[in-house]
Amino acid sequence: MATNTSQVAEQGTQTGATQQRARTSEVLNRMPVDIFEDNDGITLQADMPGVSKDRLNVHVDGDSLLVEGQVQFNLPEHAKALYADIRSSTYRRSFVLSRELQTDKIEANLKDGVLTVRIPKRAEVRPRKIEVKTS
Amino acid sequence: MFGRLTGLQDSLLADFWRMQEEMDDLLGGGLPFSGGIRSLPQGSFPAINVVQMPDSIQVYLFAPGLDPKKLAISIEQNLLSISGERQVPIDKKATYYRQERFGGAFNRSISLGDDVDPDRVDATYRDGIVHITLNRRESAKPRQIQIR
Repeated sequence: MATNTSQVAEQGTQTGATQQRARTSEVLNRMPVDIFEDNDGITLQADMPGVSKDRLNVHVDGDSLLVEGQVQFNLPEHAKALYADIRSSTYRRSFVLSRELQTDKIEANLKDGVLTVRIPKRAEVRPRKIEVKTS
Repeated sequence: MFGRLTGLQDSLLADFWRMQEEMDDLLGGGLPFSGGIRSLPQGSFPAINVVQMPDSIQVYLFAPGLDPKKLAISIEQNLLSISGERQVPIDKKATYYRQERFGGAFNRSISLGDDVDPDRVDATYRDGIVHITLNRRESAKPRQIQIR
């Protein structure tokens, strides 16, 4: 069983920079995510359809993890929207990482619009099974 | 006292819903398909955008992590139907903190204009977006009328 010690808490959207950006430009897409933890680390999966590798930004700054991406719409000038569930071309969400996570060993992988971020735990905090020796 | 509190909460929530409806009206109310009888509530999977061009209708399905072979797209009269299944494997040994991503079978139908040519439909899948191009009939394309 995984332990409940590690947390990836989501940062409120009230932080100055994000709020300001949201106000000055367009509405942001808050993409759905799955976050789960096993013995070795935490995995975050995010649905970001339309984002290619070069338009994806996974950024770690201290204990903050920022995931953002731009959808590429190749729409000509005279296109007319008939219906739109997605009204913003920017996905953005940020999370607070906890101390026992190894932020310099984060791996990110993007496939078919699904981003998988793997954040390993430091070796010393991983649960270990202690072998009992019999003499 | 508690009754009062709940009442207040309800009215706050009602205000919130009313505000959201107004926002929807403001943002998308003017879009011709927004009140369609087959439309699904906001947040349904997959999200759809429909764009009209002079010679075609472009449908974008935001369906990440999908096996395009398991996607069924059909067109009958002017009704475009898309159904499929998205597998989101669950790691049973892991502890989940958030499970917001959609998993399972889905079905969406869009009623298009009468001028779509069902024989000239093309679909591609890239970066998690299914892009369907439906060509409009020649007779339905906008034409410039010359004044003699």
